[in-house]
Amino acid sequence: MDQFEVKALFGGDIAWYTPTNVTLWMALTVLAATALMVLGARKRAIIPSRGQSAAEMAYGFIYKMVEDVAGHDAVRFFPHVFTLFMFVLFANLLGLIPFAFTTTSHIAVTAVLALTVFLSVTALGFILNGTKFLGLFWVSSAPLALRPVLALIELISYFARPISHSIRLAGAMMAGHAVAKVFAGFASALGAIFFVPVLAVTALYALELLVAVIQAYVFTILTCVYLRDALHPSH
Amino acid sequence: MEGDIAEMGKYIGVGLTAIGMGGAAIGVGNIAGNFLSGALRNPSAAAGQTAMLFIGIAFAEALGIFSFLVALLLMFAV
Repeated sequence: MDQFEVKALFGGDIAWYTPTNVTLWMALTVLAATALMVLGARKRAIIPSRGQSAAEMAYGFIYKMVEDVAGHDAVRFFPHVFTLFMFVLFANLLGLIPFAFTTTSHIAVTAVLALTVFLSVTALGFILNGTKFLGLFWVSSAPLALRPVLALIELISYFARPISHSIRLAGAMMAGHAVAKVFAGFASALGAIFFVPVLAVTALYALELLVAVIQAYVFTILTCVYLRDALHPSH
Repeated sequence: MEGDIAEMGKYIGVGLTAIGMGGAAIGVGNIAGNFLSGALRNPSAAAGQTAMLFIGIAFAEALGIFSFLVALLLMFAV
């Protein structure tokens, strides 16, 4: 589909250094997230403006989530988790603007985000706990005979994490935009009763707004869950 | 002719893997429904458990995503 195509901004072939529409929309995402936080935190009024309260709510929401899900000692990784949340949230929301490019609908983008989390969390687990981190796979509460089998299952599910983590986000974004496109296609095909699919697209768009926020939330909360496993690997 | 049959089998396989997504849908609905029935019995405890709700939904959904992945691989990689 046209809206998912990666195009070079200034024409020509695409190499790894070519500025494309992905580069453009990622830069806009970073700018928008930075603008919200920097402009929101500039005044620091007692009665907050709309921008300030939005920035404060996002900050407080993610801070509480890290503390609740990953534990109090995970708060030192809060900047990374919050950056991830703001990036994914703004990439999803900017992608909903008509004619925009949704960077998170590409598995290449989400896979890099998920692999960053996966590799850093695995490295962190070994650095903080040493070989005790392998206790994550050795379920000590299970009967002894079952433990090797469980260890194999745990190992597989551990390595499946970055796959499900990245494809969930890309799949949800891609599917939502594709459904909107299909319904918009009905509108031109139906002629006189074109307003029915137009109303459906409007409703879908509202649903997509919800999905964009929820998927950013789910991406972040899973990061927190993986972080908790790295900090406290014992079952 | 043989190539056509292989192509047909590929698309049938892709359609069959979509059933796996239906299983994930059942799982997600089950979690959300049970959360709601629990939350209505004890509304004061519900707010603290919404994070668990979303973690549960995410894990149930992951298995549907694997079937989606198999469908994608069948469509574009095989």
